[in-house]
This record gives sequence, structure tokens and C-alpha cells, in this order.
Amino acid sequence: MITVNGEQMEWEEGLTVQRLLEQKKYNFRMIAVWVNDEVVLKRLYSEAKIPDGAVVQVIHNISGG
Amino acid sequence: MSKTPMKLLAEWTYEPAKIHRGYSRETLYVGLGNKDGNYKFEKRPVSDDMIEKFTGGRGFGLRLLWNAVTEKTKWNDPENEIVIAGGPFCGITQYPGAGKCYSVFLSPATKQTYNSNAGGYFAPFLKFSGFDAMELQGKADRPVVIFIDGDNYKVQIFESNLPDINAYAVSEDLHEYFAKDEADKRTISVVSTGIGARTSYWAGMNFSFYDVRRKVVRLKQAGRGGGGTVLYDKGVVAIVVKRTHFTGLENDPADIKTIQRCGTSLHKRIHDLDDKQCLMRSAGTAHLTEIMDAYKLLPVHNYKFGCHKDIENISSRSYIKLFTQGMADGCWYGCSLACAKGVDHFRLATGPWKGREVTVDGPEYETAAGLGSNLGIFDPLWTIEANFYADHYGLDTISLGTGMAFVCECYELGLINKENTHGLDLNFGNKDDIMELLHRIAHGTDEFAIACGHGVEEARVYFSEHYGADLATMKKIGMVCQGLEASEYRCQESIAQWGGYFLTLKGPQHDEAWLIFMDMVNKQLPTYADKAEALFFFPNFRLWFSLQGLCKLPWNDIEPADNGVRYKGLEAARVPEHLQNYLDIFEAITGKHLTREGMIEQSEKVYNFERIFNLRMGRGTAKYHDAPDRGLGPVWEDEWLARPDYFDGKLKEFGENIEGLSVKEKIALLQKHRRKQWEELKLAVYKRRGWNKNGIPTLATVKRLGIDYPDVVELLKKNLKPEDEFVD
Repeated sequence: MITVNGEQMEWEEGLTVQRLLEQKKYNFRMIAVWVNDEVVLKRLYSEAKIPDGAVVQVIHNISGG
Repeated sequence: MSKTPMKLLAEWTYEPAKIHRGYSRETLYVGLGNKDGNYKFEKRPVSDDMIEKFTGGRGFGLRLLWNAVTEKTKWNDPENEIVIAGGPFCGITQYPGAGKCYSVFLSPATKQTYNSNAGGYFAPFLKFSGFDAMELQGKADRPVVIFIDGDNYKVQIFESNLPDINAYAVSEDLHEYFAKDEADKRTISVVSTGIGARTSYWAGMNFSFYDVRRKVVRLKQAGRGGGGTVLYDKGVVAIVVKRTHFTGLENDPADIKTIQRCGTSLHKRIHDLDDKQCLMRSAGTAHLTEIMDAYKLLPVHNYKFGCHKDIENISSRSYIKLFTQGMADGCWYGCSLACAKGVDHFRLATGPWKGREVTVDGPEYETAAGLGSNLGIFDPLWTIEANFYADHYGLDTISLGTGMAFVCECYELGLINKENTHGLDLNFGNKDDIMELLHRIAHGTDEFAIACGHGVEEARVYFSEHYGADLATMKKIGMVCQGLEASEYRCQESIAQWGGYFLTLKGPQHDEAWLIFMDMVNKQLPTYADKAEALFFFPNFRLWFSLQGLCKLPWNDIEPADNGVRYKGLEAARVPEHLQNYLDIFEAITGKHLTREGMIEQSEKVYNFERIFNLRMGRGTAKYHDAPDRGLGPVWEDEWLARPDYFDGKLKEFGENIEGLSVKEKIALLQKHRRKQWEELKLAVYKRRGWNKNGIPTLATVKRLGIDYPDVVELLKKNLKPEDEFVD
């Protein structure tokens, strides 16, 4: 299991940041991803692996109204 | 319009004050008498105390309005004022977003103070003419046009001879009337409303600027709260200001180089990053529609649902094709964010200007959603037409959209029928009849249309008393609080945004706090203390813009490329580099050093003063902070069944065993839990803001902020009760 934005989620072998964002349908342009308190740069999303038990924060930096 | 001279009724000349460090230190008072032609003009000094405690803009407006009215004053009493003010930043041309002004008045809709902002050239020109603010009081004995001639330092009042009082007509006519030639039109700005102001409480004020490339008048709206209704009630068709010559140094700043440095860096950032971030230059705020849909935050069918299969029709991709691209769409000099998008050569299909080709300002996100998805309409051309006429008639697109969505749901529920609507079939998505309702509301065609235009709170009472509609049901579904219709975000799944809408000074307008993503998606506010902190910080931070004459958009609708990874948590949401720009520029203009803490304290003074002002007007207590059921969760079965697993899961999080429960029972249970959460949020927020349990600022709070004026203290002493105190 991993924790994504405070919620439990099934972990799978080889799970990348890119795959996680697709699964969660997080498609906003201005997203910052932190895995176990380490930031993952956008250009590394498709190769950055998320380990089992990780705490992931996907921060949408959206300005809104 | 021919230049048939308007009859001069009164004239006053003045010696202009020189602007120093962002302030002229004088305000303009225009009294219209009490329908007796007794016009009065004054220059009034701005004291050190006023600058220290109220800063400018909305703060000046509230202070001046406080002095002008009593606790008994109603919105349509002569002593009510419209105060228009910029602020110390207002008029700078080196940093984007510095042309804003705030209009402050007692509102017909909310029955308390309201403040609404707009871009356009009015506030900078008013300041360059020598005034930090303008107070308009009284009622004219005939329709008048007020002309502030900042070139020749005189103020004139004319009897209006304008044939059409709608905003585009008035603005075009008066730019033409007061300009010497085509090039001179840019030196003019007009404030007007429209025919909607005659009977509706939704009429706002349109602030113009002349678009030299398109050769048309553009309008920016201080739409909310009914300022246009007040303007019309005063007999004012328009306020015009003219100022021909000005430079980028008009504010006499202490340190122009710092302003230029900050401006240059932001211009470059906008140039380099906007296309990858918020698309403000190509889509404006309409870039939000598909994002809100993806996260189920788009209001659909009076906020019942959060997304719709036809979203692509009203997505930014659709609007980008309709907006004219490549134009310098800033609403004040130097704003390269240029979000004032427009649709050119749009041929109107309905209404008094049917067949005419026009330029339409917008739609912005709020209009695309309010006069679109929330009405079940996913046709951008319909929305553009509705946007045009709303602006032209002076109607606020947000209240109009939310209000008509409420009416449509009442119709679909059978609470009102076709006989009540005078033949209109007001099902969601019925474009022709909803457009007809818009025209009827504007013209006050019949008693149903007039009732609608008085807003959801008054309309539902009318529907109940005259049509037998069930008031309790309408209270559940009407997205309104403190007399103001909610803006266009579906907030029910974010506890913090309940506060962002319903624990506000003036009602559910998103300018105080927009916390949906931070709370609901990012989960950055897990506790009530976290939510309360956000509902303390962001309303105060955002209010700061309204004191300075600033637009909020260049703060966080563009960010440094590394903002999201360089800073974490709420600090990233503050956009620290841009926040520092504002602190630096404040010092560079005024010569006074300002810290982050000082910035929040500046706002807190005005935030609390406004709260106390509303208390003075008989409101401003906890009972007026009330959230409708629709704001907290599903009301009907079809809402639940749109996301059954999600809502079932929410009940399980509360530890409920939902086996065997009907959907109706589940809805009641979820509402019960959320109502409890709402009450807990309310108390946490009040405490953090330094208020008592009844939502009233404490004596300690006003003393700390230095706004413990004798009349403020006296008012608080009358209303603060020992049983409402928080006990630590």
C-alpha cells in the first residue's frame, strides 16, 4: 500500500509517478509531486519509481478564483 | 450619438492635489441633493489615521461610508453612498494588474456593506485628476451624467440626454461625446449600469476603457452586490473621468527602479510561462472550465452535479477559438497578463440589438459556468450572447446565472409552473426560454421576472407567498448566503471551502478564499485548526489587493517555474517571490517598509472593520453565516446516484453502517454529519479570527488592530455577550 494525499492506495510493482497520476486522473498542468518528502521533477515522472509504503503528495498548484 | 450638448446643471473647479508616494491625500465628494437639484462638491482631506488604518481602496470606501450613514440607513436612502477608490498602487504602469478600483456601498441585495472591484481606466484617471477616492451621495432630481475633467480640474453635472441607458450604448456615446477625436477616446473612462438596474438588485457597474486596436469601448464589471442598482436609484446614468496626460511616474514613487525591476521580472515570466501554466493570455480565466469539470467542481444544474459529458463544448479549447487572439487585452497600461479576452464580430441573435455585430467582453470562467453549465447549457455562442446582454443591461453574470439556475430547479421540481413564469418553459438547457427570462429580468417585464431579479432570498419568499412553493425545499437548494448568490464553484466536498463561501464578510463570493484544491484534492488542511488558519490567512492576504488598487490575478495565475517544487505546503500557495514583489513595491511607492506580518495586519484592520460595519447594519453575526444544504452535500437522490460509491464511502468514514438504508436516508445522514462539521468549522474560524462564538470581533481584537474608535467600542459593547466568549 502507499498513501497518496492522505488516502491509502494499492501499490503495484514498478509503479511510476506518471502511472500514478494517470490512475488518479490528476491531469492538471501545474502539479508538484513529492515522494517520501523528496520532490520528483516533472521530466522524471515516467521513470521515477514509487516504493511500497511510500507517502506521496501530489500538490495541485492551482490559483482558482 | 450626435454631440447634442447636454444641459449643464452644476459646475465646480478645484485646485488639484499633487500625488506624493501613492496618495493625493484628498477625496472628492459629490452630493446630488435629495431630488431637489441641490448639488454639492467638496474636496476632503485624507488623514494620517485613515492611511494608517484603512490604507486605500476598499478600506477608504468603508471608512467614508461609515461616516456617511447610520445604522438605520437603507440602500435606497439618499445618504447611502457609492465610494470608488483605487489605492497606493493604483495607476502604476510598470507592474501588471495595477488599475483596479473598489466600489463600496450599502447593498440592495445583502442589506449590508458591499464592495466590488473592476479594472478599466477609471480609478487611475480619478487619482491622476487629484483624488484618492470619490464619494457619491444623494439623489438627483433627473437623470444626470457626472463629468470629472481631470485636464481642466473641474467637475460638472449634466442633465443626461442619452437615448439608451444600457452600458455599451452609454459608454460608447460618452467616449464619443467627451473626446476631441478618435485618439482622445482613450483618455476617458465611463462608469455606467443598464436597464437591469431599474428593478433588479443584481445590477452592477461597468467600468470602461477604450480599446485602440479594436476601436471599440471595452467594459469591466464591478458586477456583484447591486452597485448599479444604487447608481440608478441615485439618478446617475454615468460618471465620466477624463485625463489626457500622464506618465509612469504619476504616483511619485520613492523608488521607481525597484518597481521597474519587479515589473520586468514578472513580464518575462508571463512571456515565458503563461502558455504552459494558466493560459491567461489566450483563454483568460475560462481556462478553468475543463479543470473544474475533471475534479467535479463545475456547477451543473444548480450545483447538483460537478461534471458533464458535454464539457468540451465550453472548454478553454473552444473559447480560445472564439476569442480574438494576439490582442493586447490588458485592462490597464502595463498588464501583460492580458486576460480581458473578447469575442469580436459577434452577431446578436436576440433582444433589442438583434442582428447587430458587437464585441463581447468575456466570457470569463464565472460566466462560462454561471451562464452555461449551471443552467445545463453547453453552447458557447449562447453563453457569449447572454454575457453580452448581461453586461449591456448591467446585470451581474454570477448572480444572474446562479439565480436562474435556482429558478430552473424550482421549475423542474414543480415548485413553480408555466403559468407562474408567464409561459416560459424553464427546464435546464432550454436555451430559448432561459434567454427570454434574462431579457425579462432586465426589463422587469412582469412580477415573476422582477421577483427573480431581486435575488434568490427574496424570490423564494415570493414564490412561496404567491405560488405556494415550499419554502423549506427552496432553502435547501438555493445557493445563497447573506443575500448573495454563490459564485461558480461546487464547494460541497471541501469543508474549508464551505468557509471560503459561507464564513465571509459579504457572502459566497470566491474572492476571500479559494481552498478547494488545497483541501479536497491536495489534503493540505487535514484538521479544523489547519482549515481555520487558511480561512484566516487567505481572506486577509487576498483583501490586501483590494486596499492597494491591485488585481489578484498576477499574484498566482502566473508562478515562477520552480514555485511548486521549491516551496512546500501552504508556502507554495503564497507564491513567495510574488508576495515579496508586493512588499518591495509597497515600500518603493510609499517609502514605508512593510513585512509579511504587517501586510496581514493592514488587511486585518479593514477585515474586522467591515465585519463590525455589518454588525452596525443589523447583520454581521453568526446567524447570517448560514450554509444551504446544497452547499454541504447532495439534496436529492439523483445527486447521490451520480457518485454512489463515493458518497457511501463518505458515510463509512463517519463509522456509519449503511446496510439497508435508502438513498434518501443516506442523504439525511450525510447532511447531519456535515452540518455538525460546519458548526465545528465555524467556531474554529471565529476563534482564529479573534471573534467570539457569535462571529463578532472582540474588544481585544479591535484594540490590537488599533481600530478601537469610540463608536466601534460602543457598538461592540452592546453586542458582545459573556456567554459567547471562548474559554481557553
